[in-house]
Amino acid sequence: MKTLGYFPGCSLEGGGIELDLSVRAIAKAAGVELREIEDWNCCGASAAHSLNHSLAVALPYRVLSLAESQGLSEVLAPCAACFSRLKGTQVRLTRSPELSQRMQEVVQRPYQGGVRIININEFMASLLEAGLAQKLTRRLGLKVVAYYGCLLSRGQDIVTGDDAEDPKGMEAAIRAAGCEALPWNSANECCGGGFSMSKTGAVLDLSQAVLDEARAAGADAVVTGCPMCHSNLDMRQLELVKRRRVPGALPILYLSELLGLAAGLEPVALGLDRHFIESRGLVRGGV
Amino acid sequence: MARIGVFICHCGENIGRTVDCAAVSAAAAKMPGVVVGVDYKYMCSDPGQQMIRKAIIEQKLTGVVVGACSPRMHERTFRAAAAEAGLNPYLLEMANLREHCSWVHSNQAEATQKAIDLVRVMVAKVRRDRALRPIRVPVEPTALVVGGGIAGIQAALDIAAGGKKVVLVESGPSIGGHMARLSETFPTLDCSQCILTPRMVEAASHPNITLMTYSEVASVEGFVGNFTVTIRRKARYVDPAKCTGCGDCFNKCPIKKIPNKFDAGLGQRRAIYVPFPQAVPNKPVIDAAHCTMLQKGKCGLCAKVCPRGAIDYQDQDRLEKVKVGAVVLATGFQLWDHAAYGEYGGGRLRDVIDGFAFERLASASGPTGGLIKRPSDGKEPQTVVFLQCCGSRDDKVGKKYCSKICCMYTAKHAMLYRHKVHEGRAVVFYMDVRAAGKGYEEFVRRAIEADGAEYVRGRVSRITRRRDGKLVVRGADTLAGRPVTIEADLVVLADAVVPRPGSEKLAQLFGVGYDQDGFYSEAHPKLRPVETAAAGVFLAGACQAPKDIPETVSQASAAAAKVLGLFAKPELEREPVIARVNRTTCAHCRACISACPYGAAKDFDIVDRAGKILRAVADVNEGLCQGCGTCASVCRSHSVDLDGFTDEQIHAELNAL
Amino acid sequence: MSGTKEHALAKAARETAGVVLSECYQCGKCTAGCPMARYMDLSPNQIMRLAQAGDDAALERLLGCEALWYCAGCLTCAQRCPRQLDPAAVMDLLREMAHRRGKIPAAARKVLAFHKAFLATVEHGGRMAEIPLVLRYKMKSLDFLGDAALGPVMLAKRKLPLLPHCIRGRGEVRRIFKKCREEHRP
Repeated sequence: MKTLGYFPGCSLEGGGIELDLSVRAIAKAAGVELREIEDWNCCGASAAHSLNHSLAVALPYRVLSLAESQGLSEVLAPCAACFSRLKGTQVRLTRSPELSQRMQEVVQRPYQGGVRIININEFMASLLEAGLAQKLTRRLGLKVVAYYGCLLSRGQDIVTGDDAEDPKGMEAAIRAAGCEALPWNSANECCGGGFSMSKTGAVLDLSQAVLDEARAAGADAVVTGCPMCHSNLDMRQLELVKRRRVPGALPILYLSELLGLAAGLEPVALGLDRHFIESRGLVRGGV
Repeated sequence: MARIGVFICHCGENIGRTVDCAAVSAAAAKMPGVVVGVDYKYMCSDPGQQMIRKAIIEQKLTGVVVGACSPRMHERTFRAAAAEAGLNPYLLEMANLREHCSWVHSNQAEATQKAIDLVRVMVAKVRRDRALRPIRVPVEPTALVVGGGIAGIQAALDIAAGGKKVVLVESGPSIGGHMARLSETFPTLDCSQCILTPRMVEAASHPNITLMTYSEVASVEGFVGNFTVTIRRKARYVDPAKCTGCGDCFNKCPIKKIPNKFDAGLGQRRAIYVPFPQAVPNKPVIDAAHCTMLQKGKCGLCAKVCPRGAIDYQDQDRLEKVKVGAVVLATGFQLWDHAAYGEYGGGRLRDVIDGFAFERLASASGPTGGLIKRPSDGKEPQTVVFLQCCGSRDDKVGKKYCSKICCMYTAKHAMLYRHKVHEGRAVVFYMDVRAAGKGYEEFVRRAIEADGAEYVRGRVSRITRRRDGKLVVRGADTLAGRPVTIEADLVVLADAVVPRPGSEKLAQLFGVGYDQDGFYSEAHPKLRPVETAAAGVFLAGACQAPKDIPETVSQASAAAAKVLGLFAKPELEREPVIARVNRTTCAHCRACISACPYGAAKDFDIVDRAGKILRAVADVNEGLCQGCGTCASVCRSHSVDLDGFTDEQIHAELNAL
Repeated sequence: MSGTKEHALAKAARETAGVVLSECYQCGKCTAGCPMARYMDLSPNQIMRLAQAGDDAALERLLGCEALWYCAGCLTCAQRCPRQLDPAAVMDLLREMAHRRGKIPAAARKVLAFHKAFLATVEHGGRMAEIPLVLRYKMKSLDFLGDAALGPVMLAKRKLPLLPHCIRGRGEVRRIFKKCREEHRP
């Protein structure tokens, strides 16, 4: 059985729990063991790099160091922000021995630079390559839009192997799940990110724009990879529906949930019952 | 027995203030082989030159050293004076006591000693100088002009007007180039074809000009004054001698929907076609890739309807050799492909077009008869957004340089659109408006003030197509400090100007250099803008760098002037400071042939009287050799030497120090 | 580099943010693509311009503006900048300076309060903890009623851990915070 290091990140223990449940479920179905990094700490997310550039590197550094010392050479970080912070730090440390040295002094742990961080899209693609497609027996037949948001499309040295302006990293997985990935205009538009509480108005404006585009494209659901995006599009969609800023409810699914459903797993096991926008109906429509 | 004369110039105060010229000439007089040592205020003046001439004759000098300014200033002057006195000019050398001595030192004693040393070095050299004769190379007084756009046409007309013959080669079926595609030209808004077509006709009918359209340069041999160029005459499948241009063939051709390159893909042509109605020559060609007769042997309609029997399906490419003395490269430019900008639709949005496409929309003889229409649905756009600098001034995607012409043609496009759609809105997103030519600034102000174009300073971040067909353009107004979103019906991108495909290969055929962007390299960016490193090959137009029509025409006339200068004498005289191979010691290792940057070193067979090859050696083409000395330095057997700078001379100079 | 004149901010931008300010030619593509630009008092290109100027008056405007706090870190500016610069990184640098200086514009205080609440929970237990974060944030921002209905719903959906998870290495994390804070003392 293949083993992969696993960094859930803080949101996957709370608001993004569906992502954790569905990633673990689909990994299990695909025969991949996810070994959680022991005693991992928060990556710092937006808050650290917003206020202290040393802290912004030191917190991910500790995580990388732990992973390396635990023999985990490849680590999956499903949260797009965690992925961006961890991989970004990994790249910077590789490029600057001075930075590495400084971080070693701050964190008091060694790190040789040998950990590879992958994101949820890369993980799903690798599962497909390893034969997951055979296990996707339930053809869902949905028309969806693939929403990459900011951190699964941009960051030149961080998101590699995909086109930042026309990302396609989710498409193979969506097709393997028997769904159609519709062309649309907001694949990499920002949802408002971390401003959910501190500048809610911006999140409502930006998320509404994404939902409008998804609806205009004729989507049954929006597929995303980031718990921040999911929260903004799902939890905050209630507000938009209440204020009649959007005509109706559009389900927001994690890519791992979509694949989990296609693999015949129960929606509750994947966390679909915890969404704010009812999503379990998507399966009944499937073949 | 050497009898050297040394003449030291004070150059007024330039040398005299720092170097004790009298001391130098006195010291020189005592050097071995020197019989005369004098100094004078201004050696280059008439009396100064007279001194030299007098000394040569009276003292029977065998060589002269003039200690003065840089040879780049007056070597020619002094050598001419020597020649007048009957001394071979290559037996006169200059010691640079100004740029190399008085102008870079301040200590008098040290400068004077250095001047004496410099003179001693040159005396040692002159003693080993040999009399040299200038090399004479015959000149074929025919020019080749590659490229039939306005640059090539102008150059050809000017050379022809100077009484010399021209072969004008154009790869397309007709001459005219991009200028034939334009609607109106800035800053006068002249109808482009109206001012161009008279020249096209003149070029075609001038007795001194031979037009070779639908042809390309295949290979090049030779050197300045004596090029042999092989031209591939592509198969037209139509005999131009029989064809009258009546058009029956293309009116009947059943293959109708081939996107027309002339119209930037907005219009269509047939498999047998003339690229535009005003084509010169007005004779069609068959596009073999799309012709069912040539591909599958079916149809043959054009041959059936042609009243003159001019169609010839058996036609083949032919190679034709021409002998020319000079070449003008005028291959022009094309627009960069904006598909590289994913944020602008990646080339997939039909209503996001480039500048040439807009020209064809605006042109009265274009695919829409001069009406501005959206390519997607044919509707008239009510809001048109123009983006400047698309692919230019960009380190990330596209080119670093400024493409020069786009600010002007965009202002023109905005004006033309506003003239045609009176209630329409024209918005131009710019970074800097570059309008430096005559009447250009006034033209742009007219676009803004008289014709209502809206200029917003800021680049556009993204263009998306909404379901209702509108293009959402997200730009910025940097001066007001805010983002600006425009809902457009049509977007025109001012794509970067880049050289044409195949231009690099052509440059290599002629030995012309090009930069990292593929533009041809001029010999000197300031003072020699139409010459290249290859003697006899000149440049005109946008193939050298982006430029507008007035500059192109000027450059073309300049290139023509250079050609006519070259042709003014039946023979070219070249400096005899060139390499020479000692055939006895040459082992034919070919190191010099590989090393020569000018392709002047070549293989040479030594034959006996019966013509049997005895052995091969290296040899130097006197017409191409530039006297750089690279061959001499790589030759392992010391078989190559440089006349005027022999190994012996250089060693003597070093020893004299 | 020997010929260029660099003021203090330009030096900091180059060393910390990896941005050579003189390379910005004010094209505005950053402003054009910024999803938060419509909420900003200074547009991203204006921030770059004032940073280029770098004099005391410019710095005063920069450090006192709201725009710094509204950057979403979406990387659109860095992705599309034709000079390959990173305006978001310059914003990070300026924000850090503004925070150190202490004078935050009123409209942006909620954003700072959120970041500080977030980091406080990480410093405490090694990971972000939702309930302590929300409590701290509401205390600092005095926004008690906002999103009040969401709490119970999140709990019911089991998306809100009741007890924060404190890692074994929380002492390490605390020491990291302390060291990083010291580095940034003016």
